Amino acid sequence: MANTLFDKIWDAHVVQKVEEGPTQLYIDRLYCHEVTSPQAFEGLRSRGLKCFRPERIYCMPDHNTPTHDQDKPIADPVSKMQVDTLAKNAADFGLAHFGMMDKRNGIIHVVGPERGLTLPGMTIVCGDSHTSTHGAMGAVAFGIGTSEVEMVMASQCILQARPKTMRITVDGKLGKGVTAKDVALYMMSKMTTSGATGYFVEYAGEAIRSLTMEGRLTLCNLSIEMGARGGMVAPDEVTFEYIKGREYAPKGEDWEKALAYWKTLKSDEDAVFDKEVRFDAADIRPMITYGTNPGMGMAITDFIPVTTEMSTVEKSSFEKSMHYMGFKPGESLLGKKIDYVFLGACTNGRIEDFRAFASIVRGRKKAGHVIAWLVPGSWMVDEQIRREGLDKVLQEAGFEIRQPGCSACLAMNDDKIPAGKYAVSTSNRNFEGRQGPGSRTLLASPLTAAAAAVTGVITDPRTLM
Amino acid sequence: MKQKFDIITSTCVPLPLENVDTDQIIPARFLKATTRDEKFFGDNLFRDWRYNPDGSLNKDFVLNNPVYSGTVLVAGKNFGSGSSREHAAWAIAGYGFRVVVSSFFADIHKNNELNNFVLPVVVSEKFLKELFDSIYADPKTEVEVNLPAQTITNKATGKTESFEINAYKKHCLMNGLDDIDFLVENKEKIEAFEQARKR
Repeated sequence: MANTLFDKIWDAHVVQKVEEGPTQLYIDRLYCHEVTSPQAFEGLRSRGLKCFRPERIYCMPDHNTPTHDQDKPIADPVSKMQVDTLAKNAADFGLAHFGMMDKRNGIIHVVGPERGLTLPGMTIVCGDSHTSTHGAMGAVAFGIGTSEVEMVMASQCILQARPKTMRITVDGKLGKGVTAKDVALYMMSKMTTSGATGYFVEYAGEAIRSLTMEGRLTLCNLSIEMGARGGMVAPDEVTFEYIKGREYAPKGEDWEKALAYWKTLKSDEDAVFDKEVRFDAADIRPMITYGTNPGMGMAITDFIPVTTEMSTVEKSSFEKSMHYMGFKPGESLLGKKIDYVFLGACTNGRIEDFRAFASIVRGRKKAGHVIAWLVPGSWMVDEQIRREGLDKVLQEAGFEIRQPGCSACLAMNDDKIPAGKYAVSTSNRNFEGRQGPGSRTLLASPLTAAAAAVTGVITDPRTLM
Repeated sequence: MKQKFDIITSTCVPLPLENVDTDQIIPARFLKATTRDEKFFGDNLFRDWRYNPDGSLNKDFVLNNPVYSGTVLVAGKNFGSGSSREHAAWAIAGYGFRVVVSSFFADIHKNNELNNFVLPVVVSEKFLKELFDSIYADPKTEVEVNLPAQTITNKATGKTESFEINAYKKHCLMNGLDDIDFLVENKEKIEAFEQARKR
């Protein structure tokens, strides 16, 4: 029988199908960060349980970590407590832990792939919705709640309803200034934030194949913003080349064996998906969001939609959003003054994103009134930035590089956008208050963020390329 | 917490907004707790809609309107989108809601509610609209949520719809059982799976 890539991996991990209920799925890798794990460890303790397969679990703090002075104790006592609790729990339960200042530390969704911990064919979960990122390597990866984290700790299994399958094909070649982030924002604007709810998405087509590993990670990262359970790209030479030689990747004979298996991980030609969606790469331009969910996006040269054809509930949600953002239906965003720029997050905190940002700001200067936070996704990314000399380019243009972590994406550390201020952000969510109470977020690619940083206003990056 | 679930009859709290995300249900700055203190999370449910920036009550927000009360929250479609934070479900449970009614739920949040003995009830757009109308016409409007029969009734109109839930999860909710109890009892099957995979 013909199978999709998702079917192949899912079926290989089914322990049992519960009668009239969910599937008991075996999990190859559990990632834990400090925010969604403490109550799971507490649950294990109260039940007198240990971690069933501790060698499959990797822990690292990322959400609370400050992006400066990481060698000193965290100033916020509540953040410090949460980060310390993860270290203690990892020690108590015998789990690998990459603490702050460990060279392997960073955002968990950046570190997993770059260390070779995330591999094709795996099932991967984490108490974090952006776990979908890891699907870019050809894995079935999805975010879960804390009770489910506890389930996996206790049994290395999870009970889940089998999602439906969707294939999104993007034909053709991406135009100038159009990045993986723009592809994702474009899809969301067409599909809405709930358009893929209940589905596991496989991305396919020429435009997807042509993306680098970093680009695919960005794309899959944002699957959850269309409501999808996860997103994935079939592994190919780009994937294998990326993995080879990484710290935890298989070596020698194991590598050959793994590679032979990974090459079977693709949807059969006659496989049937529950839903098929097609887009044309030629229709995608640099994107920006204007509202308070990631589906409220448009080409940067477009105009905010008008409310004439909306239902009452739709209209009231839309108007609430416009009021929050300080925008009017029908207006253009080009030339609007912005206050902050954030480059980073599990969405766009990788080396390619820093290269893109640097390509725009090279030989230019940061606009005087703009506050820019450039936060590498991990220490490995930080090291690559310096090795490639991008730090010099950025410094000459008036930017400083901060220390790795989730940072202003959700503002659990000090990096908060003040109320009423506009931030062009490469992160994943523009929800009300996401980057700090009252903050106004405009999601965009690293190129568009860089264009805003040097001009001080919303700018089509293609005009600077 | 593991409250057994049967039939609930209650007035409703209406929240007719779409795409209510988990950042609104519980903002990130309240995720720093290391314990599952439901009162703390319940006190901060919808924090930034419930309170003004200066800390005073936002009188326009429905939770601060004494006219509306009850253990059933009724919300617009795509409730619970965004972050996987289970703290959102803890906040809903901690505030005292036992049922959330919407025409559409985000996947992860729906599981989180079920794992915390809060029942997400999916109704049609039409039923939802009528329910909002009934509540606004008379805030004393009650709904009856009958888990054994898998039905929800708008007692103002008498209209009933059935809702879906898998038999396993229904059994768990009605008997106060959780998934970890089930999985830990199944260890032999897990070990057998691991052995089979090695071959």
